[in-house]
Amino acid sequence: MKILVLLKMVPDVVEELEVAADGASLDRGFLRLIINERDENALEQALILKERHQGEVVVLAPEAPEVDDVLYTAMARGADRAIKVTGLREGLGSRASAAMLAGTLPGIAGLLPVDLVLTGCQAIDDLDGLVGPLVAAHLGLPYIGIVTGLDVDAGNVARCSREYSGGVRGRFEVDLPAVVGIQGAEKPPRYVPIAKVRAAMAAGGIETVPAVPGEEPGLLETLEMRKPVVAEGAEMIAGEPDEIAARICEILIGRGLL
Amino acid sequence: MAQATVMEAPAPTLAGLLASPAGRQLLSCIQCGTCAGTCPYGDVMRNTPRRLIGMLREGFIEEVIASDDLLSCVTCYDCWAKCPRGLRLTDVLLPLVKEQVLLRLPQVPAELQSALSNTLRYGNPMGESPRKRAAWVESAPVPVPLLRDLGRPVDVLWIVECYAAYYPRGQDNARATARVLGALGVDFAILGNEEKCAGECARLVGEAGLFDTLREQNLATFGKYEFARLLTSDPHAFDAFSYVYPMLGFRRPVEHTTPFVAARLDDLKPRLTRELGYRVTYHDSCVLGRHNHMHDQPRRILEALPGVSLVEMTHNRDNTICCGGGGGGMWLDTFYKAKGHPRLSDRRVEEAAATGADVLAVSCPYEVPRFEDSLKVLGYDDRMVVRDVMELVAEALAE
Repeated sequence: MKILVLLKMVPDVVEELEVAADGASLDRGFLRLIINERDENALEQALILKERHQGEVVVLAPEAPEVDDVLYTAMARGADRAIKVTGLREGLGSRASAAMLAGTLPGIAGLLPVDLVLTGCQAIDDLDGLVGPLVAAHLGLPYIGIVTGLDVDAGNVARCSREYSGGVRGRFEVDLPAVVGIQGAEKPPRYVPIAKVRAAMAAGGIETVPAVPGEEPGLLETLEMRKPVVAEGAEMIAGEPDEIAARICEILIGRGLL
Repeated sequence: MAQATVMEAPAPTLAGLLASPAGRQLLSCIQCGTCAGTCPYGDVMRNTPRRLIGMLREGFIEEVIASDDLLSCVTCYDCWAKCPRGLRLTDVLLPLVKEQVLLRLPQVPAELQSALSNTLRYGNPMGESPRKRAAWVESAPVPVPLLRDLGRPVDVLWIVECYAAYYPRGQDNARATARVLGALGVDFAILGNEEKCAGECARLVGEAGLFDTLREQNLATFGKYEFARLLTSDPHAFDAFSYVYPMLGFRRPVEHTTPFVAARLDDLKPRLTRELGYRVTYHDSCVLGRHNHMHDQPRRILEALPGVSLVEMTHNRDNTICCGGGGGGMWLDTFYKAKGHPRLSDRRVEEAAATGADVLAVSCPYEVPRFEDSLKVLGYDDRMVVRDVMELVAEALAE
C-alpha cells in the first residue's frame, strides 16, 4: 500500500510570539517553525500502517525554514520518499493551499495514485482544519477527519475510529483511496536517535518540486494582528508567594466564596 | 583507585566495540560480580552488569540489546570504581551497548523522549525557550556579562548549564555562584542563549548522535571567543568538557565551581563572616565525587563557613549513594516506577536525615530537585533543606 503524508510547519510557541511592525503579521526575527503536531501524528500512523501491511510512505511538505530537518527526520523514522514543494506564494490560506497541493500532486513523477492520504486534521494556524477535506474534494476522494486510529483490511477499506465527548467512540469504514485527517496516532510519535537523522541528512535525497498554483486563488489578507488587550477588572497579584496567597484568600473571602 | 581519563575514540558499533581495545577488555572480566553487587539497581535488574558482560562474551548480543535492562543504569560510576580489572563500564562499554538498546526500543519512555527531543531542538531538556537561557541574569546580585557583549578575551567562561539556567531552584545556585565569583574578583562571562546543553547525559543514556550534535555546536561557539578556561557548576558538563570534548581537539582547562572556589578559599575567608548556624551533611555526587575524587574541596569550603558543623553520612566519598539522576535517570522516574524500582534519591535522603543535619549540601544541580522531592515524599521537609555549596557560601558572605 502507498501512503502520502502531507506535512506542514507552524510557528513554535515555545518562543513568545510577537507582532511585527506592520501590525498584521508575526515578527519572524526570533520565530522558529516546528512540524504541526497533528501532522507528526499522521506520519506516525502511516509508519504504523507500513509496519503492519508493508508498502511505501511518502512525505510531502511546502518549503519553509527548518522543513529539511523535519523531512530527514521523517525518513530516519521510516518514510521512503520525501518531497519539498517550492516556489510558494505568500499568504496561502486553507483554500489556496489545498488548490496548490491538488495542482502540484498530479505532476510529481511516480506519486499518484496512492491508497491513502494522511494529514493532520488541524494546525494551530488552521483551526478550521479545511486543508484535508478541500484536498479530498479536489482529488475526488472521500474524507474523514478527527481520526485517532485506523487500520486497513484486504478489501481496500479503512476502518477509522473517532473520539466523541463523554468517552464515546465511533467506528467508521471508508473505501480507499481516501484522505484521512488524523487527530492522534494509535501511539505517540516514535523517537528516532539523532545518529539516524544525521545519516539521513548525509545521504540526502529530498526531492524538490515547484508548486503549481491552483485555479482557486483564495489568498487571505490579514488586516490586523494583535495580542489580547488586558481588560479592566483583572488584577495582577505580585509579591512573595505568602503575600500572593494571602491576597487570593482576601479576594475569595471578600466575594463570599470562602 | 580508578582515575577518570580523556576518552579514546570509541568504536561506533557494538560489533566494533568487541574488536576495539576497550571492548577487548571485556575478555579480562573475571565474573567476580562486584559490579552487580555495587550497582544501585543490581538487585532489580534482570541482567546485572556481570551477566551482561558474560552474555556479550558468549555472543548473546541480540538478547542484551533487545532488553531494556540497561536503561536502569544511572551511570553512578560504582562498577567503574570498584572493578578489580579496571573495566571502563560506566563511561565507555555500557553507553555503547545502550546506544544499540535505544535504537531497538519499540517505544522510548515518554519523559526521556521529550528530554532528548527538547535538548536537540532547544538546547535544554526542559523544552524552554533558548532566548530565555540568560533570563536569570536580571535577578543576579552582581553584573553577569555575556561574552559576545564584552568584546574582549575573558579569563573564565562560565558554562551555567541547563538546570542552573532554567530550573527555579537551580537559578538560586546560578545567582549564588555569580555572587561568589564577584566576591573573588574573577574575570568571567557567560554565553547566554549561545550556550547549549553539554550533552553528557545524552551520551551516557546511549544517544551518541545527540551528544555529537551538541558537541559540534558548542565547540563552534567556543571557537568564536577567547577565554582561558571553562567553569561549570554541573559535574556532568565538567566530565563532558574534560574527557569527551578533547577527542575533537578541545584543549582548555575545565573546572567545577566547588573545587574552583575551594582553591581560592583564603581570598574569600575574610569576607565569610555571616554566622550560619547549620548542621550540614555533604552528599558526594557520583561524577564530582566518585568519578573525579573531588571529596575534600567541598568539605574544606563547608568547614570554612562560620557556624557550620559538618557531619558525615554512612556512605560518603567514593562510597556515596547515587541520587538516580545521571545517565538519563533524571527523565526515567516514571519508567523506574513502572518497573517497581526503588527511588534512589529516597535511599540517600533517608541516610541524610539519619545524621540529624538540617542542611543537605550538594555540588550538582540535578540533586536539588531530586532530594527536595524525596524530602517531601518521605516527610523530612520540615527538618532538612537542600542547598548547593555555592548557596551556602553566598549566604555566609558579608554584604
